[in-house]
Amino acid sequence: MNEYLFYPGCSMESSAKAYYQSMQAVCEVLGVHMREVEDWNCCGATEYLALERMPAYALIARNLALAEKQANGARTVVTACSACYLNLSKADHYMHEDNSFGQKVNQALAAGGLHYTPGTLAVRHLLDVVLHDIGLEAIRSRVVKPLTGLRVAPYVGCMLPRPDYNQRFSDTEHPTELDDLMKALGAEVVDFPLKTACCGGHMTQIGPDTAFELIRRIVAGADQYRADVIVTLCPMCQMNLDVFQGQMNGYFKTSYRIPVLFFTQLMGIAFGRKAEELGFGREFVSARPAMARIGVETPDANAEPPRPRKPEGLPMPPPLPKGRKSISTEESQS
Amino acid sequence: MSESHPMAAPAGALTLMQEVAARTPGDSRLEMCIQCGTCGGSCPSAGAMDHTPRALFAMLRAGMREEVLRSNTPWMCVSCYYCTVRCPQQIHITDVMYTLKNMALEAGYVPDRTASDFSKTFMGYVENFGRSFEIGLAGIHTLIHPRLARRLPAMAPMALGMLVKRGVSPLPPRRIQGLSSLKKILRRAKELEAA
Repeated sequence: MNEYLFYPGCSMESSAKAYYQSMQAVCEVLGVHMREVEDWNCCGATEYLALERMPAYALIARNLALAEKQANGARTVVTACSACYLNLSKADHYMHEDNSFGQKVNQALAAGGLHYTPGTLAVRHLLDVVLHDIGLEAIRSRVVKPLTGLRVAPYVGCMLPRPDYNQRFSDTEHPTELDDLMKALGAEVVDFPLKTACCGGHMTQIGPDTAFELIRRIVAGADQYRADVIVTLCPMCQMNLDVFQGQMNGYFKTSYRIPVLFFTQLMGIAFGRKAEELGFGREFVSARPAMARIGVETPDANAEPPRPRKPEGLPMPPPLPKGRKSISTEESQS
Repeated sequence: MSESHPMAAPAGALTLMQEVAARTPGDSRLEMCIQCGTCGGSCPSAGAMDHTPRALFAMLRAGMREEVLRSNTPWMCVSCYYCTVRCPQQIHITDVMYTLKNMALEAGYVPDRTASDFSKTFMGYVENFGRSFEIGLAGIHTLIHPRLARRLPAMAPMALGMLVKRGVSPLPPRRIQGLSSLKKILRRAKELEAA
């Protein structure tokens, strides 16, 4: 049995429960044991690094120090969130590369009675482990319900393939690992040119206009390629493309409805697990019609499509011309 | 922080570029910039920036401290790392952007606080619970920023969906056990940063 240390990260326990649930189901099938790092803390996402460098790295490194202490033979920390993955690898990388910096981070950790020796642990993403430790052959052998006929747009996002400190993925801009996995499950995989385009990250909260355009590109791209679903491997990407798809449609007066799933949810279906135990139904844009196309019944996420926008309503500013910039250039509402 | 004289020359009279490089972990290679513009051409949010990253690096080299630190460019960075992997000089551009954000906050040079407030609200939860709190964060952040408040009608059904469909708890996260130890670590790290 393969044992790994697992760093869930905050999203897996709140907005990305579907990811966590489906991951657990898939690991069960594959005989992978994920042992959670005890008392882990938030990795700070992209926010703490923006404020103060040393506390940001110390926050991340506390998790590495805990993992090292609890390792007990396991040498790999696995995470399923791309932001957590990048932060943990980034701290390990810079503590290793920049000795005096690493020592300073350790001085901070010492205040809490902890220490991390850079390079002791391998930080890896769940997709990497599934693909390279389990392998496509083993995955194929477990497929009982091939996803034949389901057109999948594999969307990898930014923080997994870039900057890729340890060269774990085939390319920084067009990695094919997720494509290979989806093909092994029997899906019809779209050669998706936007697979590592940015989902907008935290811009939904800072400059929504910028975020909506970035979301539109990916969703419209998947639509042009006639994808039935977009498949992701990051809670942030999934949230932006799924939860904000409605707002993006409202903003651009479009009507895209492409469900956005986690790769583990589709693995679970292909392995014959029930949709209910894979977190289906938690998505905003229902995956039900798409999954019904290949004869899989999933719980209904939301029966009614978004209401069409009325031409009249509250007094709102007229639609802005194309090429408008961020929200900050716009006058605030009175 | 904003009380200190922002134009005061840094101790040891480092140039702006040296200071930024020194405050970035690892070897940022910032001084290697050849002004090719690959960074700006690769940037998904360049349209929202007042200077492209290339222009910002030219200003940085010219020592235009205030203009550089007042620029919204680092705050519009989405951390996609396209520029970082495409830079022919292997400059750690995304990390430099983080450093510039740190320095702008220190100097009190942040004209639009939407981005920095978001980071602060986010980290406020983490510093007090050890975990982030997505729903609380999005709610508070939107409410305290009038320019974002126009999104409230659209946010109500979204928030409901998060609670009902996704099963996200509206309560703050459970505190980690080692919270007091984490607070000590962060306090020590802040002292080390200031040293």
